[in-house]
Amino acid sequence: MAKYSVFSLARNALSYHENWQRAWRSPAPKPEYDILVIGGGGHGLATAHYLAKEHGINNVAVIEKGWLGGGNTGRNTTIVRSNYLWDESAAIYEHSLKLWEGLSQDLNFNVMFSQRGVMNLAHNLHDWRELNRRVHANRLHGIDSEILTAAQVKAEAPIFNVSPNSRYPIMGASIQRRGGTARHDAVAWGYARAADQRGVDIIQNCEVTGFVINNGKIEGVETTRGRINAKRVGVAVAGNSSVLADMAGFRMPVESNPLQALVSDPIKPVLDCVVMSSAVHVYVSQSDKGEFVIGAGSDLHVSYSQRGSFDIIEGIMGALCELVPMVSRMKMMRQWGGIVDVTPDRSPIIGKTPVEGLFINCGWGTGGFKGTPGSGHAFAATLAAGEPNDKAGPFSLDRFRTGFLIDEAGAAAVAH
Amino acid sequence: MFLIDCPYCGTRQQTEFHCHGEAHIARPKDPDAVSDAEWADYMFNRSNTKGVFYERWVHNHGCRRWFNVARDTVSDRILAVYRMGEQPPKVKS
Ligand SMILES: Cc1cc2nc3c(=O)[nH]c(=O)nc-3n(C[C@H](O)[C@H](O)[C@H](O)COP(=O)(O)OP(=O)(O)OC[C@H]3O[C@@H](n4cnc5c(N)ncnc54)[C@H](O)[C@@H]3O)c2cc1C
Ligand SMILES: [Zn+2]
Repeated sequence: MAKYSVFSLARNALSYHENWQRAWRSPAPKPEYDILVIGGGGHGLATAHYLAKEHGINNVAVIEKGWLGGGNTGRNTTIVRSNYLWDESAAIYEHSLKLWEGLSQDLNFNVMFSQRGVMNLAHNLHDWRELNRRVHANRLHGIDSEILTAAQVKAEAPIFNVSPNSRYPIMGASIQRRGGTARHDAVAWGYARAADQRGVDIIQNCEVTGFVINNGKIEGVETTRGRINAKRVGVAVAGNSSVLADMAGFRMPVESNPLQALVSDPIKPVLDCVVMSSAVHVYVSQSDKGEFVIGAGSDLHVSYSQRGSFDIIEGIMGALCELVPMVSRMKMMRQWGGIVDVTPDRSPIIGKTPVEGLFINCGWGTGGFKGTPGSGHAFAATLAAGEPNDKAGPFSLDRFRTGFLIDEAGAAAVAH
Repeated sequence: MFLIDCPYCGTRQQTEFHCHGEAHIARPKDPDAVSDAEWADYMFNRSNTKGVFYERWVHNHGCRRWFNVARDTVSDRILAVYRMGEQPPKVKS
């Protein structure tokens, strides 16, 4: 596989970019693999990449029912940060952020990771105290985190209305300068290409319809392209986790809810960091093309429809017009929804299931894009060893029985 | 946005209501007698069905009464509305 570089770019320019190689093969599924990964989103593809790269296991297939990144990976607002409250979360999200920092080099694919900084606003005394607590906890974990006053917020993001008389007064903010955004499709494609290069089969348009389980042990999966055997199977299907668990005969502490986002028409550069407000459930950044990328809150009902309720959009746009008055004169171009897998403690589940050899990685909910590299890395280690590694360990499915929850629900500046 | 037929007030917009998740989850009669796994199943596990799903709604900005809804979670179509205490109706998506 050709390496991407400035030279390959120049060489291909001479042939009008008509001779680029395909970025990955499109093989027919083999009858058997050492490890199967179900779900060709960022998490599944990253898992395959690290299985091949870090553990030398390349007799692996990723099985995707649609196209790569067609799930939440290609629908998210791409905010990346690691300023979570609890030790276990800080460990895995910071591990992930460190991987993001070298990801384009590692994959030889420009994932356009832009460390433009992520700001979390505080609108009231409660927000402010929680935010201070979190910033201090982050610092104790060695995670960069700063506090900004309202005047500093205004200096960093002048389009925001920081008047104390506004509907949502801004008391201050936290900022993680190493946080930022990345190109979502590129993450899926980059991992796919790198995994394929190491021999992983990436099989699209192939839906898993059942599991072959014998005496409580996994033997393979049934798919729309026939049976595929494997002694170890990893499930990374986000919003469809309960559906797959149901096929395997166990229940999950997960609910699938719609989460929406929208983008404006492109305008000149006016916002060079990401700004999030948990209190009003809105977060905004400006893409390289100039569009405002705006994330909304989630619906509270279970749905697999990949669309949400319009009143959610109305609500957050009303709030955003108060926070950033110029938005009232912008046009919104597109709006869409994804189905996020939400757990009771808003932390992911990575590890064993009641079926031997069947592992699951899910529950990343509204905020798992940032976790893609760390999740894939930890899940690959778990699949390779058959036992969760240190990063994955605390996120076991069993924590709901033991009571060792990792309650990021109110703690992690919520959301994304 | 859903239009929901409140059994007490008639058809209203979704914004008047609040969804409270899966219906017909029975609290174990004697919590001390169940295992941690059984308690966790009651407390945390959810059917999260793709297809016909039975759930509870409350008419917050109306009569403030609770009731059940059967909905297809793929099409989001509401298939039936029935009162608390009633058996879930058999519906097809
Ligand atoms: C609107 C929105 C905004 C978001 N914003 C952010 C954000 O700013 N920052 C952040 O960190 N996170 C964000 N998230 C969350 C983030 O997108 C997800 O947590 C993350 O992308 C999940 O990745 P994944 O690979 O696990 O899932 P997905 O990308 O959904 O991949 C799962 C794949 O499994 C496949 N699949 C399902 N069933 C089967 C089957 N039976 N057989 C084969 N394949 C199957 C699906 O087709 C899908 O491609 C957002 C999500 C949404 C919807
Ligand atoms: Zn009513």
